Amino acid sequence: MPGTTIAKAVNNGLRAAMDKDARVLLMGEDIGKLGGVFRVTEGLQKDFGEERVIDTPLAEAGIVGTAIGMALRGYRPVVEIQFDGFVYPAFDHIISQVAKMRARSLGKITLPMVIRIPVGGGIGAVEHHSESNEAYFTHTAGLRVVCCANPGDAYWMIQQAIETDDPVIFYEPKRRYWDKGEIPETAELGLGDARVCRPGTDVTLLAYGPMVKTCLQAAEAADAEGKSLEVIDLRSLSPVDVPTIVESVRRTGRAVVVHEAPTFGGLGGELAATIMQECFYSLEAPVLRVGGYNIPYPPAKLEDEFLPDLDRVLDAVDRSLAH
Amino acid sequence: MSDTDVAATEAEREPRSELDRLTAPVPAVQDGGPEMVQLLTPEGQRVPNADYDAVLESLTDDDLRGFYRDLVLIRRVDAEATALQRQGELGIWASLLGQEAAQVGSGRALKPQDYAFPTYREHGVAWCRGVDPLNLLGLFRGVNHGGWDPNEKNFHLYTIVIGAQTLHATGYAMGVQRDGAVGTGDDLRDTAVIAYFGDGATSQGDVSESLVFAGVTNAPVVFFCQNNQWAISEPNERQTRVPLYQRASGFGFPGIRVDGNDVLAVYAVTRAALDHARSGQGPTFVEAFTYRMGAHTTSDDPSKYRVSAEVEVWKHRDPILRFKAWLAHEGKADHEFFEAVEREADVLAAHIREGCLSMPDPAGTEMFDHVYVEPHPLVAKERAEFTAYQASFEGAH
Ligand SMILES: Cc1ncc(C[n+]2csc(CCOP(=O)(O)OP(=O)(O)O)c2C)c(N)n1
Ligand SMILES: [Mg+2]
Repeated sequence: MPGTTIAKAVNNGLRAAMDKDARVLLMGEDIGKLGGVFRVTEGLQKDFGEERVIDTPLAEAGIVGTAIGMALRGYRPVVEIQFDGFVYPAFDHIISQVAKMRARSLGKITLPMVIRIPVGGGIGAVEHHSESNEAYFTHTAGLRVVCCANPGDAYWMIQQAIETDDPVIFYEPKRRYWDKGEIPETAELGLGDARVCRPGTDVTLLAYGPMVKTCLQAAEAADAEGKSLEVIDLRSLSPVDVPTIVESVRRTGRAVVVHEAPTFGGLGGELAATIMQECFYSLEAPVLRVGGYNIPYPPAKLEDEFLPDLDRVLDAVDRSLAH
Repeated sequence: MSDTDVAATEAEREPRSELDRLTAPVPAVQDGGPEMVQLLTPEGQRVPNADYDAVLESLTDDDLRGFYRDLVLIRRVDAEATALQRQGELGIWASLLGQEAAQVGSGRALKPQDYAFPTYREHGVAWCRGVDPLNLLGLFRGVNHGGWDPNEKNFHLYTIVIGAQTLHATGYAMGVQRDGAVGTGDDLRDTAVIAYFGDGATSQGDVSESLVFAGVTNAPVVFFCQNNQWAISEPNERQTRVPLYQRASGFGFPGIRVDGNDVLAVYAVTRAALDHARSGQGPTFVEAFTYRMGAHTTSDDPSKYRVSAEVEVWKHRDPILRFKAWLAHEGKADHEFFEAVEREADVLAAHIREGCLSMPDPAGTEMFDHVYVEPHPLVAKERAEFTAYQASFEGAH
C-alpha cells in the first residue's frame, strides 16, 4: 500500500479488524454515512452495516457507557470521540469504570475496548478541538494509552489495540491525518514498544504523535549544523518502553522530551524522572521538556506560538548541549 | 416535493398503534404536525390563535418592521461571514441560514435584564442582545474565544461543548431565584434566563440534568431548543423517538412546539414562556421546529448525508419571505422600507468585511493574561520566557 494517509491507514486497519472478528463494532457520532468528521470510518457502515457501525446519539458518556455494556456482552467496541476536547463527558466512565473493571472483578471481567481520539492542535480550529489530554489517561492505571505518528503504525497499532484484551486510549494526531507513508507487510513492533526512528549520538529527542515529525525535522536541521540527534517515537504512552529510552540516553547522555501538552504535570515530567533514576550517571545535562505553555489552549491565531516547533526544539537541544 | 405532498405522504402513514408509530420509517421531510404553533403560514397567511394572539397585541408596527430588519440584517451578516470564510479570512463559520426567525423571535422576546446562554450558532440572538457581529467573527477567525463582555450584554460566551450551557443557564436561574428577582410583579426586576441548544444536544446527559434541576427548583429558565432536524450528519431519529417538546412532561413542566420559521409565533411563544418564568411559575421547554439550510459548518459537506429535495421543501418555508409577504399585505411596510433595509444590509456587510480584514492579530503575550485572577508564578515565569524567546528572533531579522 504505497502512499497511504494516516486517516486511510486507520480506516484500513479498522476494516481488517472487522473482517477478522465479527465481534468488533464501531460506535460514535457521525461515523456512519458521513464517515466521521475526518473520514476515518468512511465506507465502513456501507460495508459492515448499521449494526456494526453505529451512529450514536450525541452523548459521549452514553457512547462509552454503552460500549462498556457491549464489551461485557462479549463485543469489542471501538469508540470514536469526535475531538479531544469532547472526551470529558465520558471521563467518569473511562476513569471509574473502564480503567477499574478488571481489577474490581479480580480479573473475571475484561473490557477489550478501544477509545479513538483525534488529538492535538495545529489545524486552526476553534476551542476544544486542539487539546492534548493524554496525561489524564496515562495517570490512570488500568488503561493502555498509545499514539500513532505515521501510517504504518496507524494501520498496525489500531489492530493491535483492538486485539488486546485491555482497554486502550488510541490517539490519532489530527494535524498529520493527511501525511502519507508506506505500510509494512507485517507489524514491526508490539503495541507497547517505542521506536528509534532516527539514530543519533548527541541528544535523544523523545516524542510521540504530532511531535515526531517536528523532531525528525529538527534532527535534520541539526544535522546540517553537525549535531547528531536521536529521535525516539514513544508510540505507547502507558506503559512506556523504558528500556529503549534508557539505552538511548545512556549513550547520548542528553534528553529532551517534546509534546504539545502543557508541561506541568505532563508526560514529560514522568519521562524526565524515569530518565534521571535510570540514567543518572550517564547524564551530561538535565532532561529538558518542550511543550505547550501552562495555559488554556489559545485561539487559533496564537497556536503557532503556543505549540512546540522546530525552533523551540532546537533551542532546547542547544540548552542541553551547553551543559 | 411540495408541502402538500409531504402532508399527503404523512397521512398515508397514519399510525395504527403506538408501536407502529414508534417503529414507522421516518418521513423524508419533517413536518411540525398539528401541535405546532404557527401564526403565519409559509405563504404569509395569518393564522388566528386563541392562546397567542393577545401576546402579539403589544407589538407596534415599528416593532414588526424591526423584526424584519433583524431577519434581513442577520442573514446578511451570515452570508458575509460565509464568504469571508471561503476567502480564508475565517477558520470556520457556523451558518444560521434558515434559523433567523427562531433566533430573532426569541431574542426580541427577552428583556434587558434577562440572560441568554447560546450555543455557537446564535448569531441572531447575539444581534438582538447588541453584540457587534465583528465580535462573533473574532472567534471564528481565531483571534479570541468570543470578545464580548457577557455581563454587559447579558449574553454568555458561545459554548461549543454540546449541552453544557443548559446547566449554566439553570444555575444562573437558581441564582435569580435567590436574588428575589422572580414573581415580584416588577417588570424591571423580574428576570428570566434562556438556554439555547440544538436537537442533537438533547441527547447529552447535561441537558437531561438541567431539565431535572430546573424542574425540581422551578427555576425561571426557558429551554429553547432549535430543532433544525440535523446534528451534523445525524437526523433527528438518531436522537429521539418522541417529539422533543414532549420531553418536558417527563420532567414536570410544559413543553411546546412552535414553527421556528415563523417569527411571530416564536416571539409569542417565547414571550409567554419568559413571562411565565419571570412570574415564578417555572421552566418551559420550547422546541422551535426549523431547518439548517446550510452545511453544519463551512467544514461540512451535507451532500454526503442528506438529499437536496429536503432542502428544497424547506426553502418554501423560508422565514423571511413569509414575514415580508405578511407585512406587505397588511400594509405595515412598503417597498421603500424593504429597499432601505437592503441598503442597510449592504452597509453592514461592508462594515463587517472591512472590520474582519483589519482585525488585528492578538499579541502572543495575551494568551498568558487572563488565566488566573491572582498572580501565578508558573504563568508569570512562562510569560517572561516567552517574551525573551520571541525577542531573541527580533535581532536575527
Ligand atoms: C460534547 C461535544 N461532543 C461533540 C461535539 C461536536 N459537535 C459539534 S456540533 C455537533 C452537532 C450538534 O447538533 P445540534 O445540537 O443539533 O446543534 P446544531 O449544530 O444543529 O445547531 C457535534 C456533534 C461537541 N461540540 N461537543
Ligand atoms: Mg441540530
